[in-house]
Formats: sequence, structure tokens, C-alpha cells
Amino acid sequence: MRFFNMRDWTLARREAAAGYMYVAPWVVGFLLLTVGPMLASLYFSFTDYDIVSSPRWIGIQNYTQLFQDPLFWKSLQVTLYFAILSLPSSLVTGFFLAVLLNQNVRGIRIWRTIYFLPSVLSGVAVTLVWITMFNPQVGVVNQILEILGFKGPSWLSDPDWALPALAIMALWGVGQNMIIYLAGLQSVPQDMYDAAKVDGANAWQSFRSITIPMMSPVLFYNLVLGLIGTFSYFTQVYIASSSVSGASRELGGPARSTLFYNLYLFQNAFRYGRMGYASAMAWILFIIVLILTALIFKSSSMWVYYEGELRSKSE
Amino acid sequence: MDASNPSNSAFDGQMGIRGQNLLVKSITTLILAGGAVFILIPLAYMISISLRDRAQIRQATLDLIPSREITVTIDGKEEPLYTVTIDGVEQQMALVKNRPGGKGIFVEVNNPEITHELVIAEQTPIREVSIHPENYPESLTAVPFDRYLLNTILVTFFGMVGMLFSCSLVAYGFSRFRARWLNILFLLLLSTIMLPRQVTLIPVYILFQKIGWVDTLLPLIVPQFFANAYDVFLLRQFFMTIPLELDDAAKLDGASTFQTLLYIILPMARPALVSVAIFHFLYAWNDFYEPLIFLHSRENWTMAVGLQTFNAVYSVNTHLVMAASAVMIIPPIILFFLSQKVFTQGVVVTRMSEK
Repeated sequence: MRFFNMRDWTLARREAAAGYMYVAPWVVGFLLLTVGPMLASLYFSFTDYDIVSSPRWIGIQNYTQLFQDPLFWKSLQVTLYFAILSLPSSLVTGFFLAVLLNQNVRGIRIWRTIYFLPSVLSGVAVTLVWITMFNPQVGVVNQILEILGFKGPSWLSDPDWALPALAIMALWGVGQNMIIYLAGLQSVPQDMYDAAKVDGANAWQSFRSITIPMMSPVLFYNLVLGLIGTFSYFTQVYIASSSVSGASRELGGPARSTLFYNLYLFQNAFRYGRMGYASAMAWILFIIVLILTALIFKSSSMWVYYEGELRSKSE
Repeated sequence: MDASNPSNSAFDGQMGIRGQNLLVKSITTLILAGGAVFILIPLAYMISISLRDRAQIRQATLDLIPSREITVTIDGKEEPLYTVTIDGVEQQMALVKNRPGGKGIFVEVNNPEITHELVIAEQTPIREVSIHPENYPESLTAVPFDRYLLNTILVTFFGMVGMLFSCSLVAYGFSRFRARWLNILFLLLLSTIMLPRQVTLIPVYILFQKIGWVDTLLPLIVPQFFANAYDVFLLRQFFMTIPLELDDAAKLDGASTFQTLLYIILPMARPALVSVAIFHFLYAWNDFYEPLIFLHSRENWTMAVGLQTFNAVYSVNTHLVMAASAVMIIPPIILFFLSQKVFTQGVVVTRMSEK
């Protein structure tokens, strides 16, 4: 390319060229680290590939095998069960805390700081602390339960209690959602509440008829993102299941009760070297995420309230 | 969206009566305080356990301040010392033998021949504060934590440089230039936010393995030089708020577009740059998934991987694991308190959960 010719270009073309030049780092990365790998993993998902020998085309065999793999279904079941355990509780708690913080309470900055603190801490360190606290014999959790007159379960070493324990850990990080809800609450226009007051609405009525509808897009968006996040859940369960004393140290243990989707994918790819099989899992995950994303857009028009619509009508 | 002025609450105007308002606020504060205790307990126990020895951990007391039972030597054996109450008089005695029915034989320290049989649960063991700060140097020297620290700093720092450099350029491109494809490219960029990283991870791993980068720090650093959707989006939003008149003035003075970016846009965007830098620091410092996949040999590990392995090997030494964990969370905590404002503005928060 001869740059000294740029002088002859029209202004618009020069502007466009400069724009493309500045976004080039991302475009190159996008092609090299996103588009290329996506196509490659789609191709691998139709092959038998262990990195050492070259990929061998086997058609849809990986997919048919996956649908007959009890561990694949188990991992889906674990992931969804955890989503049911953890997402509604996080959503309700986070929203409830945000509503509380939105009252004109004193020390709002201190509360926000404390609640947000867990979000900046290392998942590894935090998980290790919780493992210690969930220790059936000497852990703080069971000691407190004992004082209250309950016999605590074995938590992470008990197949029935491992997921609830992880859900409690997740609830500890609820401050991150809370901050988002708080920002949402504070962007609800005050004149709506004033108008409701003039019409004689009480606090509960204006909460139900103004706050909840105004917040529904944020709540819904967070719920779907949380569901997508559950499919990527990894660090906590990797550490918890690989370091629980007593139980056999298998990933996803005890008794595969914490075999999350992403953990099983990781195991296939980087423990068993079944790259084709793991790629098929990745693509199924991708399709699930696509459906969930479409769900955000689709159903939002049905029940989610947008402030913009109101504005355009009133203007 | 002024976060510091929470005036438009759902309940505000309704509680006309002062007393009722005060009641609501008291209950609110009480609930908030309860939640805050739930948040702080694990951190408090992390520190507390990191200062105990193994015997203290087995004793499993709920006290936050590590303590141990005081013992005295009776007939050449160490026996725990208790405050006992006999006929309303308190005195110190040693417990030398357990008896059925929760009772025990207590003896006077100076006069072990005199014995009393008392219910143990009714007596209080005498404890003294006993903390073990030596756990910290012990845990940090048990494995090459200095090496892990160095690797973590390298990954964090160079990744941050790469991210700031590339994302500034790309965000500038998307905020200041008009071209047919730029809008479509921007939509593509945003769509990558939804893309699960597992979909690209396996081929990227294979690519890095073919070029010999697996088990080096490069796979964690180099991709940062190709920008990412979150930071580009955040910076672009901020760049858009900088008045175009400044660009025009610079252009009149003969500045090139790159000079405009360097001398006008970037200095004005300092708050946004600081935000994305802090978020990148936290991400790189805490990330476990990619280091676990790309780093195999011990001398290349980052703190996150090193800490996890340390726990797998030393899991019986809970106190050492807690000490190492505490060390790992210190830098993020310091950064957090130095730059609270960045975190508690909901706008930028969403980014961290997704990355």
C-alpha cells in the first residue's frame, strides 16, 4: 500500500481507513482467537482427536455418544439443580439488600463496600476458607449448628449436601448483584413515586406497581446471565471436589454429585485428552447459551418493562 | 444514576410520621448489619485459623482470638487447669482424670493429694491467648511462593499493558471514526460477550501447544494485546462523552489522529482507564481456569494454581493453607479500599462477573 497517495483520497475514505486501522488489533484477535477457533472446535466435534495423532472424521458419533453418556446427563442435571438452588436465592437476597440500601440509611457507602468485598477476592482463597468452615468436625458452620441444637451434615463430603454448600458459598458473593440492582433502583424516576403518592398509593403499592415493573428488565437479565454463568461454573467446584478430605479425591465428587457441566468438559479435554468429545460438549453449551440469549430478547417484550417506551409515548 | 444520593426510594415519602420512619430505618440497619456479619465471618476465621497451631484447630473453638488451655505439671504429667467452684468459693485446680457421667477428678495444684470429684461441664478451663504468626513465613517457604508471586505479577502487569494499549486504540476507532463496516464490527464485538470461552478454548490450547507456548506465561499475556469486548465497550462509552470540539481543535493545530488520542483523549479518559486497569488486575490476579489449563510445571504456576496445589498437598495443615490464602487476598483488598468508588458504581461492575 502506498501511503503517500492518501492525500488523493476523499476525506471520508481517509477517515474510514483510519478507523479500520485503529480497530485492527481487535479484528486480528477476533479472527485468530475467536472465529478460527470456533470453526476449528466445530470441526473437532465431528472427529476423534487426542492432540497426539491427527483428527479422524467420525461424523456425528461424538454427539450420539454424548446423548447416551450417563455422565453427560448427570452433569446437566447437576448444573440445573445448582441453578435452581442458587439463582433464585441470590436474586431475591440481592434485590432485597438493594431495596434496603436504597432507603436513606446511614453509612450506605460502608454497607456497599462490605457487601461488595467478596467479589474482588480470589475464588481459590475464598473456596479454601469455605472448605475449612464446612469441615464436618472442626468447621465453624457445624459448631454454630450444634450450639443451635442441630447436628450438621458432612457438607462437601456428603453427596446430598455438597451442592447446597456450594450454593451457600455463592450466596456469600451476592453483593455483586446487589450493586447492579441498586444502580437500577436509583435510576427509577422519583416523579413516578410522587405521582403515585398523589394518587394515594401506599409504600407497598408503589413498590409493587412501580419498583418491581421498573426493575424487571434488570432482574430478568441477571437471571439469564446467572444461568449462563452456572454453565461456566468451575473454580469453586474444582477446588472443593479435589480437596475434600475423607472422600475419594475425584473431580466432581463425592459420588459425582458436583460434576458440573464445565467440569466434565474440562475433564474430557484436559484429563482424558478427548478433544473431539469435549468440543462437542462445548458446541452443545454454545447452543444452550444461544437459546438462553434469544430468550432474553424474545420474552423481554412480553413482560419486561422498558423506560424508553414510556418516554417515547409521553413525548 | 447518582449512586451517592439514594433519595428516590420506594418507601421514602410514605413514612410521614417520624417515629415510623425511624423504626423502618432501625430494622433496615439491623438486617444490613446481620448480612455484613455473614460477609465478614469467613474472612475473620481465615485470619483466626491462620494464627493457630494444629492442636488449636482440633480443639475447634468458636473464639476468634486463638487461645490454648493452660496446663500445669502434676506428677510429671501436663494437666489442664480449671477454675472450679466448691461451696461457692472459686479456686484453680487441675483436671487429672475423667470419670463416667461427665465427671472428673480435680486436684489442687500445690497439693495433688487433695482430690475433688466434680462435673466437668460446670467448671471453666483457663485459657490464654496464643497466636502463631510464624505460620506465615512457614507457609510461604513451604512451596516456592516467591516464584508464584513473580509469575502472577508478570501475567498481571504485562496483560494489563497489553489490554490498555489495544483497548484504547480499538475504543478510539469505534468512538471517533465513521465507516460502513465499523458499526457491524462493533456489534460483532459486543456479541462475543455472550460467547462461552469453552467454545474457543480447545483449539486455542492446541494452537498454543503447536507453537510451543503451553507451559509458558505467554498464553495468559499475549491474547490481551488483541483487545476484549468489555474493556473496549467501557472505554468507548467514556470516549463518547469527551467533546468532539477538542478533537477538532487538535486537528486545526495539525495533530494527527494518533496524537489526538495520545494527548487529548487518553489524559481525559484517565478515570475510565484506571477502572479497566483495576478490573484487569483483579481478573488476572484471581484467575484460576486459564493458568490451570496452560501452566503445567511448578515453576510457571501463578499464585492461584500454586495455592490450590498447596492445599491439595498440605490439606492437613489448615493453618498454613489459611495463611497462604490470606496473603493472596491482601493485594486485592488493599486495591479495593484505595479505589472503592470505582467498584460501588454499578455501571462497571457487570463487566467483572462475565469476564
